Amino acid sequence: MQESLNAIPAHVAPIETKSFARQVKIDFFSTPINTLISLLLLGLLAWQLPSFLRWSVIEAVWQTDPALCQAAAGHGACWAVVRAKYRLILFGFYPYDQQWRPLLATGLLIGLLFYSSRRSCWNRWLALVWPFTLGLVFILMAGHLWGLTGVPTEQWGGLPLTLLLSVSAIATAFPLGVILALGRRSPNARISQFCVLYIELIRGIPLISVLFMTSFLLPIVMPEGTSIDVLFRVFIGLSLFAGAYLAEVVRGGLQSVRQGQIEAAQSLGLTALSIQTNIVLPQALTVAIPGLVNSFIGIFKDTSLVTIVSLYELTGTLGMALNSDALWRPFKLEGYIFIAIIYFIGCYAMSAYSLKIEAQLKHTH
Amino acid sequence: MPAPLSAKSVASLNRWSVVLIVISLLSLGYLAHNAAHNMQIRGIHSGFGFLWESAGFDIGESIFSFDSADPYWVAITVGLSNTLRVALLGIVLSTVLGVMIGVGRFSPNKLLRALCRLYVDAMRNVPLLLQLLMWYWIITQTLPLPEEAWHMSGGFYLSKAGFNFPIPVWENGYLWALIGCGLGLFAGLCWRAYPGSPFHKTGSTPSLLWPLLVLIPAGTLLGWLLGGAPHEAQFPHPGIFTIEGGGALTPEFLAILFALTFYTAGFIAEVVRGGIQSVERGQWEAAQCLGLNRIKVIRLIILPQALRVMIPPLTNQYLNLTKNSSLAVAIGYPDLVSILNTSINQTGRAIECVALIMACYLALSLALASFMHWVARPLKQSAH
Repeated sequence: MQESLNAIPAHVAPIETKSFARQVKIDFFSTPINTLISLLLLGLLAWQLPSFLRWSVIEAVWQTDPALCQAAAGHGACWAVVRAKYRLILFGFYPYDQQWRPLLATGLLIGLLFYSSRRSCWNRWLALVWPFTLGLVFILMAGHLWGLTGVPTEQWGGLPLTLLLSVSAIATAFPLGVILALGRRSPNARISQFCVLYIELIRGIPLISVLFMTSFLLPIVMPEGTSIDVLFRVFIGLSLFAGAYLAEVVRGGLQSVRQGQIEAAQSLGLTALSIQTNIVLPQALTVAIPGLVNSFIGIFKDTSLVTIVSLYELTGTLGMALNSDALWRPFKLEGYIFIAIIYFIGCYAMSAYSLKIEAQLKHTH
Repeated sequence: MPAPLSAKSVASLNRWSVVLIVISLLSLGYLAHNAAHNMQIRGIHSGFGFLWESAGFDIGESIFSFDSADPYWVAITVGLSNTLRVALLGIVLSTVLGVMIGVGRFSPNKLLRALCRLYVDAMRNVPLLLQLLMWYWIITQTLPLPEEAWHMSGGFYLSKAGFNFPIPVWENGYLWALIGCGLGLFAGLCWRAYPGSPFHKTGSTPSLLWPLLVLIPAGTLLGWLLGGAPHEAQFPHPGIFTIEGGGALTPEFLAILFALTFYTAGFIAEVVRGGIQSVERGQWEAAQCLGLNRIKVIRLIILPQALRVMIPPLTNQYLNLTKNSSLAVAIGYPDLVSILNTSINQTGRAIECVALIMACYLALSLALASFMHWVARPLKQSAH
């Protein structure tokens, strides 16, 4: 009897040996199939990587000489095209001697995004800082004030236009999205039906058709004689489009606020408006932030479409810079890669930020 | 006409809603008034009558013959068929690629995991339009001229003019092959439905997959042989400026197909990863404890649960792909939006054409969503 109650002696914990060789074995050669995959991939890399490196680095041309590029065509990249055309690609047809203005505007917009990304800045001031900065950027770009020469919007282009369009579209779409999301949950059937109709209609059609819609329909519905700037039409289209997507993100946030919060606020005697602005929205929007950032990434990428309705953002200015120049035109791929890298850096940074916030929120909730 | 407001719904309106509704109605009325006035002075007629007028423009590619004298509604049908063609093919290809890459992110092999992650990051963080323009540039600039097209054995050609491939010439023998294929499918389904199927005798379910994999090809082969084994094919051959004969995929079609496939595959890979991650580790272990082998664990335990999570976002990605196919307008592929854009420029009927775009895409979205709902039906039934 006594015997069976004896505890089984504890095993000594296996010593974890994390030698380099062992880790390599775990990562690459743990099973026959794993080994096969490793060998196949290594073979593929050994086959393709040298020629890629030769094209992109070793035999690439950096001096701005089209003749050298012609000679290297086919086996070496012509990064010189970026050096020769970067001002045109980044700023478009903006007057050359005035290009410090779009540069400053780009800096302001990026600064605005950095400012808004800090948790300590998430308060009512943001609602003032955004319109103020956007107004400043607009004046800086358009001129006619403070002794700046006027620059018509047709000459705006490149990176500042991409940023201005996406930031201003989200600034307008955000309140629209909040109103639509609240409207969708409205107890009044007519209001919620209208919001559902708007959201689902816009989400069901491609952005390009919304852009066509605003560029064809806005002139028709405006009073006779008013001409609307293309930039403004596109901005309206982007905002209407983004509003529907943001509404769904905000709705997700609203759903995460428990009914008890609203009832508690009601029992404290708060008004309906005060409940929404002081209790529901602050909680809902905090939860919605990763989704909002992801929507912003989508809008940032989607601004590339405005080139189809003849507005020269980054993709458009590249075409403009190279199509008319027979010497550099053959090296458009390098130009595309340059722009792709700009977009990649922006989107990757934002999605990394979104993941970080998501992890933090998971921690606090 | 909307139904008149009932007393109850009026009571539920608060002050702000009334103000909002009045403002919206007033502004809508103002815009409509302007539109009517502007259309009157510009001499724009409204209505869908133009659909029966001759279109007067040519379309680069079409799966059925189209002539510039044909009416607008035929042109729009061509556009819709082109959209459908690239969207359906894109959905199939991006699903295959996306699932492979999504599963690859769970590989024990670190190199494979890293490459899959690199792919997903690269595709998701570069705008689709830019990728489309890059593909179009690569196809039209770096491929050889049609005269010196890359020739692959079996009559396949790849050049600036696109991809040319042999197509079998239709003979009645193929009808027999089709009938054989149908009979094979029928026999396979009968096997499953057969009342005295092995399940009742032994308790183990018969495989539905293997009989189908054997019976369908066997039936097709038998029918094909019965029909006299037709093998006549039309081969492409290099002509003076283009490659003539056979089937052809234009560079525009290839560019939009590649761009949509590779871009959407990056997003589908993330959907697949999320779906697999949503199944708890305990499910794997419990299934193994029951003595199921790895394939059965995946097929019976993991996949049904992962799919339930995956189907809604997957449907979303398919809808996005269909909508994104409208970017084809940037490279001149005649899809729905491109054709209707031309129609607006020619007829000035912006409102009607935009309404048509909306109607077509909404119909496509609804059709796709209900198809996915139908596909996901068995998963819903087994939901706890």
